Amino acid sequence: MTRFGELWKYSLRDMFVEAASGALQDAGADRLDSIYVGCMSGGQFVGQEHLGPLMADHLGMTGVPATHVESACASGGVALRQAFMEVASGMSDVVLAAGIEKMNDGADVTNVLATAADQETEVYYGVTFPGLYAMIARAHMETYGTTEEDLAWVAVKNHKQGALNEKAQFRREVTPDEVMSSSIVSEPLRLLHCSPVTDGAAAVLLCPLEMAKEFTDAPVKIVGSGMATGSMALADREDPAFLDSVAKSGEKAYKMAGIGPRDVNVAEVHDCFTIAEICCTEALGFVEKGKGGPAAKEGFTALGGCIPVNTSGGLKSKGHPVGATGIAQTIEIFRQLRGEAGARQVENARIGLAQNMGGSGASSVVHIFEGV
Amino acid sequence: MPSPRYAREIPTRYRLEAARCGGCGKVTYPARRICPSCRGVDFEKVTLSRKAKVITSTVVHVPPDDFLMEAPYAMAVVETPEGARFMTQVVDCDPSTVLPGMDVDLEFRLIRKEGNSGILCYGHKGVPAA
Repeated sequence: MTRFGELWKYSLRDMFVEAASGALQDAGADRLDSIYVGCMSGGQFVGQEHLGPLMADHLGMTGVPATHVESACASGGVALRQAFMEVASGMSDVVLAAGIEKMNDGADVTNVLATAADQETEVYYGVTFPGLYAMIARAHMETYGTTEEDLAWVAVKNHKQGALNEKAQFRREVTPDEVMSSSIVSEPLRLLHCSPVTDGAAAVLLCPLEMAKEFTDAPVKIVGSGMATGSMALADREDPAFLDSVAKSGEKAYKMAGIGPRDVNVAEVHDCFTIAEICCTEALGFVEKGKGGPAAKEGFTALGGCIPVNTSGGLKSKGHPVGATGIAQTIEIFRQLRGEAGARQVENARIGLAQNMGGSGASSVVHIFEGV
Repeated sequence: MPSPRYAREIPTRYRLEAARCGGCGKVTYPARRICPSCRGVDFEKVTLSRKAKVITSTVVHVPPDDFLMEAPYAMAVVETPEGARFMTQVVDCDPSTVLPGMDVDLEFRLIRKEGNSGILCYGHKGVPAA
């Protein structure tokens, strides 16, 4: 994967080629049967669609089938799922799953991201993405007594972990006071509750397990994959503080893997806003419904805690190039399960989970991985 | 928003027309072809009463371009007595007072002036209940 950040010197295709050729080189692979490119909106961010053939072309792989996958901020995770299903079906052997996004190229980021919400019933009236998550946060505070300090500690934890990640956009720690005195974006969310605007790309290679030894001595197995949708508009959800699609995608992945939340040693969840990490850890069953608030402050979800969440720094500190995020999460879990995470290594990590979500939770995809 | 798209939404936005499912009674707003609750397809038209209660809310300080002059403004998910829930702005009050449980009346208002041509787009906004 590329470094995440404001990569002014890199175009969308530059970033794809760096990430994809890096994955091929790491594995010593010289052929691909298929390519999936997760990207939320090349069309709106840089005016480029038809990303499948463009990226195959620039990778020197013209002729290989290549498909663009879109599910807003879950595009990367869904690209991985498509690649996984293609290999699992027996249709292909060596498949590249990539995620890319070029957000810093002059586009109106707020408006582009808002296209992942319901244009006719939400955006029309003036709501923004931080606005939607702010309403989720307020509902969570109202229903379960979650506090602004609880939210702030998610940012504090993830920045502390992200400071250890050489690919992260913001490699610096923040204090609860800094978070709680940062400028207000949409009440109760402040600037430091929000993930940043990021450029970046990430890519992984999938193949049947019996073939993996050809490419690596330490493969990681995908043992569960689940995806689910939820109501597009926040107003259509019975409980605005609960992310139903996340719960359903988790249940499917757990069932396929034959495990439960307590078996997971390390997880990357979609913390596009601090409140999102709290809601996702609840929906995935790491904490009880309504009790996710204090988990970061108490260290339950921190490195060294019961279930370390977002050891990469998460979207908050590592950065959130929307379409690339799902693949970057996968790479963090891959490193953890191979014992290659350096200073942020979770001891004896054997089973890892990555959860990637689109919009205000209208789509969610979960993968469960196991070291071999 | 291109004008055909805007025109299609007029019954919803100007007249608060919703649909009640003949199968399970769920009220959907805007009206849909298939009930999200029971997948029924028989609906009767319902006009929502012009009052609602705030379910959750926020105050937007960093707005989209078309709303630049209005920030900070309150936005809320509200529920009408018929059970319809939707997103709306709540105006004519201190935005920080717009909190869950607040009662609002729904009034026909200008929502936005769109793009460079400044096309006037209308709909409903909440105001503190009389």
